[in-house]
Order: sequence, then C-alpha cells, then structure tokens
Amino acid sequence: MSRLPFYFIVGLLMVLGIALSVHRHIQMEVPWTPGEQRQIWEVEAIVDFTALGDPVRVDLALPANQRGFRILTENTASPGYGLSFLQDETGRRGQWSIREASGSQQLYYSVRIQVTEDRRKQQLPFPPLAEVSWERPYDTAASQVIERAWTRSADAYTFTRELIRDFDDDRQGENARLLLTQFDRTSLLVRLLNQAGVHAREVSALQLEDGRRRQALSSWIVVFADEENWALFNPRTAEQGQPENLLLWESGGRAVLEVQGGTNSRVTFSMLSRNQPAAAAVRSQLADDTLLNFSIHSLPLEEQALFQTILLIPIGALVVVLLRVMIGVKTSGTFMPVLIALAFIQTSLSTGLIGFLLVVAVGLVIRNYLSYLNLLLVARVSAVIITVIAIISIFSVISYRVGLNAGLTITFFPMIILAWTIERMSILWEEEGPKEVLIQGGGSLITAVLAYLAMNNPWIRHLTFNFLGIQLIIMAFILLLGNYTGYRLLELRRFKPVTED
Amino acid sequence: MWVWPSQLRRHDIIGMNRRNIRYIGRYNKRRLYPLVDDKLKTKLLAEAHGITTPPLIGTVSTQFEVKRLHDLIAGHGGFVIKPAKGSGGKGILVIEAVEGDQFLKPSGARLGLEDLHRHVSNILSGLYSLGGTPDVAMIEGLIQFDQTLAKYTYEGVPDVRVIVFRGYPVMAMIRLSTAVSDGKANLHQGAVGVGLDIATGCAVRGVQFDRSRRDHPDTGHELSSLRISDWNSLLELAAGCYEMTGLGYLGTDMVIDRTHGPMLLELNARPGLAIQMANGEGLRGRLELVEKQSDRLSVKERVAFAQRHFARQGELQASTGTALARS
Repeated sequence: MSRLPFYFIVGLLMVLGIALSVHRHIQMEVPWTPGEQRQIWEVEAIVDFTALGDPVRVDLALPANQRGFRILTENTASPGYGLSFLQDETGRRGQWSIREASGSQQLYYSVRIQVTEDRRKQQLPFPPLAEVSWERPYDTAASQVIERAWTRSADAYTFTRELIRDFDDDRQGENARLLLTQFDRTSLLVRLLNQAGVHAREVSALQLEDGRRRQALSSWIVVFADEENWALFNPRTAEQGQPENLLLWESGGRAVLEVQGGTNSRVTFSMLSRNQPAAAAVRSQLADDTLLNFSIHSLPLEEQALFQTILLIPIGALVVVLLRVMIGVKTSGTFMPVLIALAFIQTSLSTGLIGFLLVVAVGLVIRNYLSYLNLLLVARVSAVIITVIAIISIFSVISYRVGLNAGLTITFFPMIILAWTIERMSILWEEEGPKEVLIQGGGSLITAVLAYLAMNNPWIRHLTFNFLGIQLIIMAFILLLGNYTGYRLLELRRFKPVTED
Repeated sequence: MWVWPSQLRRHDIIGMNRRNIRYIGRYNKRRLYPLVDDKLKTKLLAEAHGITTPPLIGTVSTQFEVKRLHDLIAGHGGFVIKPAKGSGGKGILVIEAVEGDQFLKPSGARLGLEDLHRHVSNILSGLYSLGGTPDVAMIEGLIQFDQTLAKYTYEGVPDVRVIVFRGYPVMAMIRLSTAVSDGKANLHQGAVGVGLDIATGCAVRGVQFDRSRRDHPDTGHELSSLRISDWNSLLELAAGCYEMTGLGYLGTDMVIDRTHGPMLLELNARPGLAIQMANGEGLRGRLELVEKQSDRLSVKERVAFAQRHFARQGELQASTGTALARS
C-alpha cells in the first residue's frame, strides 16, 4: 500500500494553500498581521460650470489603480444627472448627462485611495509621434533649441532633461524665451520632443497633500524610451521620476474635463489623508468577482460575521487533534471542547469557565436524581436538556438581579451539548468513579481553553478570515497528524515502568 | 516521571497512534467490526465454528420482554447479564447465587428482581452500548472457573487476554480482579495484569495501576507461581478466532472453565496496550516478525511458531524441558 498519493495530496494542499495566501497578500494587499496601518487618501473632485439651458454632457477623467495607489471606493453626488463610467485604452472616465440644465452647476466625485507598497509600473498607452509644424520665426528657434539639447544628450531621457533645462528661468536662451511667448511650457516641450522623434505625452497629476482644498491638477511629461518603458518628468525642474504622493489623474492624452452645453467649467480638488487598520482597508476594497479573489468579503456584512466564526472552527479542530494525537489528552466527546470554546468566545473566558462549571455541577446533581427514576435513555437526556435550560435561565436572572450583566452571556452555551456532557459524565461517574470524571472533564476543559485561546487570538482570527488558503494548510496539517504513528506525550509517562527493569 | 521516546522504541513499545494506524487501520476491515462489537453475534459465530463459549440462557431484546426475565432465569443457580454491545466490561452484572427472591452478587450484595428488571431495561435503552444505540441483553450461564486460579483472584472471574495478529498469538496476559477493581477484571479500574509466557502459560510479571507487582494485593499470593493449565488448547482457541472473524489484529478474552476448559468470552477489535506493561515488553518486534510470515499456515502451525519465537528468555530452558518431558 503506497503512501505516495497521501503525501501528494498533503503536498498539493500545502502548496495550494500557501500560493492562495501569498497571492491574496500580494494582489489584494491583505497584510499578514491585523495591526498594520494603511494610509488612505480621500480625494474629492468638484466640477463647476455654468449651464446654458441645453442638454449637458460632462466628461471627467478618473484615476485608475497605479504604482503606489489602489482605488478602494468611489462615490458621486450629482442630483438629476445620469452617470456612467467608461473605460477605454486611454483610461477611465465618468460621464454625467442631463437633458436640460441652466445656471451654476456643481458635480462631485469622491474617491478613497489606499497607499500601497506595490512598486510595479503600470502600462501607459504609447503615444504616436505628432506631426509638428512651426510658423516663422519659431521654426528656427525650435530647431536650434533641439540641436543644442541633442548634442548634449545620449538618449530620450537625457535629451528631455537637457531640453527642460534650457527652459529654466535662469538658463533661458533667446530662443527659449521666444518660444515661451507663444506657447504653454508643457505642451511646447512635448511638441519639441515629438519633433526630435521622442515619443512623449502631457499628463495631468494631483499632488496629494493632507488637508488641501481647491487644488488644481499639474502638468507632467511622460517620455517613452520604447513602448514598454517610460519615465515621468517635471516640466519645471527637469526632475525625473514620480515623486511620492503624486497621483496620476489623467494619463491617456485626453482632456481632464470636457463640458458640452456649459461654460466657465473647471475642476478643483480637495483631499484628506487618514490612517486606518489594514483589516478595515481590506473590507472596503472593491470586490472583484474573479475566482482567485474569491473572498468572504463579497458577502453581506451579517454573513461575514457568521463566517468569521465558522472559519475558526478548523483551528479548534486542529487544537483537538494536536492534544489528542500528540499529547494524548482524554476529552469527553471528541469535538465538544470546540463548541465550548466557541461559547467562551461569546462569554469571555472567566465568565464562561464559571458558567460551565456551575451548569455541569448542578446538572450532575439533578441527573443523579433522575437515574433513580429509572427512565429510558432518550427521555432522560431530554429531561437533562430541560434541566440545563432551567439552570441557565435561573443563573441569568439571578446574575442580572445582582447586577452581573456578564452572567447573561451564559445563554450562548450549546445546551444540547451540555446536556450530553452531563449525561456522559454522570455515567462515567457511576462506572469509573469521580477520578475518571475529573480526568476527562479536566481534559475537555483544558482543550476548550486552549482552543479558545487559539481561536480568540486576533492574529489567527485575521489570518483565517482574510486568507482562505490557510484552511487548506490546516487541512494538510490535520492529514499529516492523522498519519502520525509516534508516541503520545502522556504515553512517555504511562509506559515508563516497562523501561525500568 | 518521563522517558525519552527512544527508550520506549528500544523496548519495542507501540503507542496508541501506531496501533491505530499500522495495525487496526490496516488489518481490521471496518465491515467486520459488528461481528465483535456485538457479543451475541460473536457467540453465534463461535458456535458455528465450533469454538466453545459460555452457555447462553436467553436474550431480552424488547422492553416488553423484560417481565419474562424471571421465567428465563428460573432454575439457574447463577448467571451473568450483559449488554451485547457493551464495551470495557460496562453493564455486566454477575449473580452468583439465588436465594428465594434475592440475587447475590459476588461481593455479597443482594438485589431484588426489580433491580434486575431495571438493569436489563437500562441495557435495552443503550446505556452501556457504544454511542447509546439500543441494545440486547444477554443472559449467560455462570462460569465455574478453574480452582487453581482461585487464590490469585478476588471475587471476579480471571480472564486471559491473548493478542492474535494475523492468526498468530503474539502476547498474552491474565487479568485478576481485586477489591479495588470491585471484582471486575478491568486493568484501569485496578485489576492486576499478569503477563504470560506464550510458550508455557507461566507468569512473567505482574502490574497493577501500571506499576509492577509481585503478589496479589488481596490474597497475598505470589504471582510468579501462576501457571495456566491446558495452555496449548487455549492458544489454539484464540488463534482460531482469526479464521472465524477475519480480523487481523484481535484481542481475544477467554476464561477457563473447570469442566469445559478454555472458553471464548468476547473479542475486541481495538485491544488496549496495557498488555505490554504486564509483559514488560513491547509488541512491535513480535508484530513485525509475524508480518513477515505466511498466513496460509494452520492454527496448530501458527501456535507452534509463536511458542518457538515468543518464548521469554530465561524461561526458554524450562519450556523445552517440559516439552521434552511431555513427548
């Protein structure tokens, strides 16, 4: 009988579980620990314009996921307007429309953006070279500026740097000054780059600063070395690279805002930075309905809370398997301790322990009397169930009257399980004596407490809830434990006399 | 307090996990379990295979029949009421003598017919069976156990446990009830376990509560002089249970009747590991030796193999001596 398929399955589960978890960590930015803080930017864009009483269409560029930033949620406020989100190769856009509007109009778009560790560069559409023509005398000025920068550069990036430097305020030559009288600096630079055969584009970006209001977008230049590689240049300082907190708002080469049927249009931005626990950030992530991103977070909140508990049960089961297979602890009922541990989570440990001991002790006394009545088994256990409910009710009322609100949580105990526990303990007492009851009852309680400590650990709760791959890893561990043929810890004591003589 | 796992391994001790996976899981087919978990089935099967068991007085299978109990036991001086699916000796009631309406337990306690009714009713409702399933009560004739063993036991009937692996008897012990164990031959309740040499049936070593012991705590008799008569036929009876049930790893519990010799009391598909303590030796070496043997041998050949290989060192001399003397 080959054990190969067994180890294959265990290995497969292990690899799959780890891969799923790592994928979720990297792709969805779910942190390994619950305490990690993530920076969130809340950015609000306000579009102002004056409508002319005709049909209005407003077209606003929207930011996309990019290096260092991930879009969490977005909202709009635009009473009376129809709204649709469009996506094409130039990027995402929001389109508001209305049949008739007049007077001053305001449209709001707000987005929550998470700062991420993702350092991969996103792809930008590769711009074609634009046909450039100049009027006299600008043509000579342009070609002289290009000539000067070209001789002092080696490639597209250095050429861009040299070109921008020539337009520096203190290094400006005559040619540059002449050109600037006629053209806007950024678009002029792009024209010159294109003329020199360098693929480049003007993009609009937002400098994120906490608490700033009524900010405008700034222009930046993207220069392409080839179709894959590009770099961002500051057209004012010639600095290369994307600064921290610079959010590319529009990078497809289109206008940021287009308004039809309105005048005096402009868009301004306000922003706010917040820190929030990573777990909360995960929760507010836009749910992608792909299989790999299969997540409990796409369920309604109520079901999520339920699953948070359900996904902990394997941890409890693992504790039970460990204690029984590796240690050799005796418990009354195999998984009863897990259910007790679940009740402890609701009641808190000390209240739970006291409540459990009280209910079982009183239950044992009453069960002892029931055994004199000579009843059939099912009827007797049913009677014990009712007794347990009565005990729990009485304790709840008494503790409430005394002012101990914690006593009320005793109702979280699984009553039928408690009744069976009492029944089993009682039989055990009659047949094996109180010592065995202590051993098994104590074993159950220790197991329950350890399971509770494991299941109530914030780190474990975070992992099991956010990484479903963990379940597969636990499964693999349990399978491995099911294959353990070594000694249990307590057997090392039990069999000791054999080794003595 | 503790030993290293390597020390236990050196003594060939097997633990629960190894027993469950390597032996029970591998050699005991699940579908065969009911044959041994239900003592009534075992008994009928044993009768079909010509294996002697204590005589069956009758069975009670419905609450309605409980009232007929009196008719069943009428005329029997002593009897045993036991649940067919009980485990670990639970729910076994021994009545040694009947005096009018009074039933005497070995301890001298007296019970009325009402008490017997309640006990049978409890059995039927599944109080003693695995998982609380409804059960059948069996009433068996009392065993008149071998008087040579009387001085080694207190109240209860001593029974012999032989572990039979793939039809080979690999290890044996006798369980002697004590005052502490309340007349029950159950080791974890305080009965004394005495390891028996497979070759001769002589005592090897005694333990109570997992600690070694030289004499019986109540009768004070030296355990070393204990020797089972008719040992070979007992081993053959045990080994024959392999063909009877098909279970590869089997605990056979037997008693020795004064007139009928060894009798099969019950079988256990998950025999405990305390037998290693009573023998002062682990099972692993013996089990691994048997694993290499053919299973086409007859019962007698298997018993002979076991007696040849599992004789205890030091006592080997004596065993060959007696074998020669016998021939």
